[in-house]
Formats: sequence, C-alpha cells, structure tokens
Amino acid sequence: MSQPLIDLLRTVKPKAILGSHALAGDQTVLVAREQLLDVMTFLRDDSRTRMDVLIDVTAVDYSEYDPALRHAVTPLDAGSPADLPRFEVVYHLLSMQHRQRIRVKVALAEDDFHVPTLCGLWISANWGEREAYDMFGVKFDGHPDLRRVLMYEEFVGYPLRKDFPQRGYQPLVPMPNLVDYADNETYR
Amino acid sequence: MTMTASQKLTQIRSELRTEEAEIVHDKMIINMGPSHPATHGTVKFVLTLDGETVDDVDITIGYLHRGFEKMAEAGTWQQVLPYTDRLNYVSPLINNVGYVGAVEKLWGVEITPRAKYIRMLISELSRMTDHLTSIAAGALELGGFTPFLYGVEAREALYPLVEELTGARLTTSYTRIGGLAKDLPDGYEQHMETALAHVEQLVVKVDKMLTKNRIFYDRMMHTGVLSQEDAISSGCTGVMLRCTGVDWDLRKHQPYLAYNELDFDVIVGSRGDNYDRYLCRLEELGQSIKMIRQIFKQMPGGPINVGDWRVCLPPKDAVYNSIEGMIAHFKLITEGHQVPPGEAYFAVEGGNGEVGFHIVSQGNGRPYRVKVRPPCFYAMGILKKLIVGHMLADIVPTFDTLNMIGGEVDR
Repeated sequence: MSQPLIDLLRTVKPKAILGSHALAGDQTVLVAREQLLDVMTFLRDDSRTRMDVLIDVTAVDYSEYDPALRHAVTPLDAGSPADLPRFEVVYHLLSMQHRQRIRVKVALAEDDFHVPTLCGLWISANWGEREAYDMFGVKFDGHPDLRRVLMYEEFVGYPLRKDFPQRGYQPLVPMPNLVDYADNETYR
Repeated sequence: MTMTASQKLTQIRSELRTEEAEIVHDKMIINMGPSHPATHGTVKFVLTLDGETVDDVDITIGYLHRGFEKMAEAGTWQQVLPYTDRLNYVSPLINNVGYVGAVEKLWGVEITPRAKYIRMLISELSRMTDHLTSIAAGALELGGFTPFLYGVEAREALYPLVEELTGARLTTSYTRIGGLAKDLPDGYEQHMETALAHVEQLVVKVDKMLTKNRIFYDRMMHTGVLSQEDAISSGCTGVMLRCTGVDWDLRKHQPYLAYNELDFDVIVGSRGDNYDRYLCRLEELGQSIKMIRQIFKQMPGGPINVGDWRVCLPPKDAVYNSIEGMIAHFKLITEGHQVPPGEAYFAVEGGNGEVGFHIVSQGNGRPYRVKVRPPCFYAMGILKKLIVGHMLADIVPTFDTLNMIGGEVDR
C-alpha cells in the first residue's frame, strides 16, 4: 500500500504523529491535539502536500466499539489501543493539485473534549465544526460562532453520541418571540 | 399646562421637522423563511436590512433534520440504503451509488464491469434530473413560469426511465452492496434514446428562453459572485467550484467506476456568478446526454452482481433449491454483511458536488457510524458572504443556483 503522505509527515513532524495506517486506500494519521494546528498548517501550505480543501469535519464516539478491534480504526505506534479515549475528531483533507486525500484524527477523552479550531485555515471549518459540536458536543477552542447548526438551541444532549437513545422525547420549548430578536444585540 | 388642539398640532409638526433634518432610519430585521415561496427548500434567513441592502444575515438550517446518521446505526448495512434515497431527493441514484461504493471500498469488493457501467448510467440520469430541477425552479423563482414547465417536462421525460429501471420515481434504492437490484429491462436503450431526444429539444427551448433573456440575464449576471479562493477554502465542490474557473471534477480527476473510459469535458466558468452557475448546469446536461450514449455503446455484457454469496444475495433459483443458497440468503438478511472492521471514505460527484460517505465498521453486520458529506452544507456555509452587501432581491437567484436540497443539508 503506497503511503507517501504518511511517510512525509513522519519525516517532517515525527513528534506529532501518534500512529498511521493506509486502509482501503485511505491514508490516515493520528495526531496529538497540541500539534494539530501545526500539522494542519503544514498540510495546507507545504508544496508537497497542498491540502487546499477541508472536505469534512466529524467525530466518532467509540464507547461501544470492541476494544479488541480498535486497532483497525485507530492506529497507535506505542501503547495499547484499548486505552484510547472515547472520542475521535476526524478531518478529511483533499489536495486538488496533487489529487490526494488524507484523514487526520485526534483522540479525545470525554472530560477533556476540546480541540483548537481550524477556522483560521479553512472557511469550511466554521460550519463543519459547528456540526461536530452540535452532534457530539466537542468544543472547538477559538471558534468564532460555535452554535448548534442542525438542531435548535434548546435541544438537550448530543444526538450522535452512542448513549443518546434512538427514541425519546425532548422538553417543549416556548415559541420564539420576534420582539426578542429585535431586542437581541446579536441581530442589531 | 394644557394645550389646545391646534397648539398640539404645531408642536408635533415642529418635532417632525427636526427629525426630518437628521434622517434617522433604523435597520430593519426581517425573517425570510423558513417556508418562503421564492426559495425551494426550508431555510431561514434572519436579515438585517439597510434599506434594500442586506447588512447582515443569520442562516438557519436543520428544518428537515431526520437523524439519518443516527438511523443508519440501527440497521444492517443494506438497510441504510433506502435512507440514502432521501438525502438528495432529486438525484437519489447518485447517493445510492456513493453509499454502496463506500462499503465496497472498505470491504475490497470489485464489482463487475457491467455493474460499473449501469451505475454510471444511473448517475448521469440522476445528474440530469438534478440540473433540470435547479434550472427550472430557478427560472420559476425569477418569474419565468414557461421555462419552468419546459424544464419539468424534460425531467418528467426522464423519471419514467428511472421508474422503469427501479420501480420508483424518487425512492429508488436501486444499488446493492456488490451489484445492483436488477439488470436493465428489455428495450431500455430505445426508451432512453427517445427520452434523450425529447430532452435535448426541450433543453434547447429552455436555453432560448433564458440565456439571452434580458430580465433573466440582468438578475443573474454579476450577482452572487464567489471568488476562487473562497470557493476552495469553503469546501465548495461541483458546479459551485467549477463556476469560479477551478477545473475539478471527481469523474475526471479522481475517476471512480469506469469514468476514465468515457470521453467528456469538464465545464468551468470564469466569473463565479449566478449566470455562470446556470450556464455550467446547462452545459453539463449536454455532457450527461453524451455520456449516456457512450455508456450504451460501450456497455459490457455479463453479470451485474459479484458471484460471492457473502456479498451479494444468491439468485432466487439457488435460494429455493439448494441449502447453500438458502443459508447464504438467510445469513445476509438476518445478520447483515460482514464488512471487516475499519473505516473508509468514498466520494462521488453528485448533482451539487462531492457526496462523500465516511463509514466505520465494527465487523458485526451493522454500520458503527455513517457520516455523509453533503455538498450543499458547505455551500450554505459560504452563502452569507455571497448575500451580505448586496440587494435583498439577489438572495433569490443566489440561493437558487446554489441549489440547496433540504434533505441533503439537514439529513
């Protein structure tokens, strides 16, 4: 399996890469949160990678995933994959110039569920991160407008977490008052 | 102090005059949507207007959110397929192709050449219905009712072909992991050729009515201008990206199925405005017609499903008459496809751009996670930039050519 991007990243940013795999033709790297911005800036700006499009931002909740199989999705150079935290934030990048894609992942624990925002690098990070926040509750540090995007503001819980039930009820919310909009400073 | 009526009037008049001297006008906040007649799709714009100029806008989506990704985790791999019809419901077949493509990529299943060609055929058929809807509805919302009828007539010439093939006009669920639900019916090529000839005539008529129409031209030209840098940085794909002059089409540059065996052109614009997006769609219709004719010419024979019974359901003959076929059928239906643990991302060129599926498998017959990458979602993210600073009336054509499909954005 050819993995030119992984090899390049391992040479240039050896400390940032916690693991990698090339499964089904997709190159994936697991990155430490502290180095995420550094790695992403490199991927976007370096002439050998030139990842000009942030295709998608999402997260995965691995709380119900079989720990014995976790190595299949989360590559880890050192340590046991069974000790990996619950969540992963997943970024898909595309380079139109080199016609290459790479997946970048950051593993995060539930009680420490935040990553730096990529809004400074790509515009698409804005809505992509809002959706990941909406569905999983991950906080993106420094995001200019971190609100829910698909659900409504009063929604309780984060629907794509595995412990969120498939069926259930949400509390009723009062009808929004248009006068409140007019008085609200954000709409002025 | 009491005032007579005339004194009061004089006082009010003098107050009014001082107000006139320094014209105070408040910015107006207006709700456009969620269900607005000039926007197809449910979306709410909270507009701050300075006269007729949009000063600020807050875009709210999510009115059609049905929890596709949550539902996908509840069934087997094949049971997700009908939900994908409901993503972009004007081109459901492309979503079908994209989803099974992702599963096959993770599993390492190589489908038969004939299945590849039929999947390309249905993708192009769906792309045409998608573009026709966008052009026709766009014309309607700018007041052109006749081009709308011609566009919809062209679309209605194609839907019977979808129905003949899949049994339904919109809720197609046609693809299967490792193949297709059924082969092309008899005489399909002939029916297609009749429909395509009809569509070609209608597209020429729509072109004549719209492209050099003064009103249409003035509303579309130089409105909703998107710069190349913004288009790339905001993750715009498909027509939204190509209208700015970026030569990028997944069918050409990261070919999937057998698109590398077809001869077609990638249509790019130059200004990135609404008019360019309209022209790109119109030209892509012609390209799709050309590709469908090539596909029929080059269509290979042979089976449509892979022979491996762990991937595809065995033929009914084997199910009813042999124990192996029966067991294979039973296991696939009850336990689901045993896709190995891992993850994959597979993208196809949809009607609006890159439709991607990121899937995670645990190896137990059910998807652990299915994430759809909807092209409109990221286009909606940049819409604010196209609207702010321009006239209120320009929102309608800009939102039209962006071609937001509620089912896809909100999932």
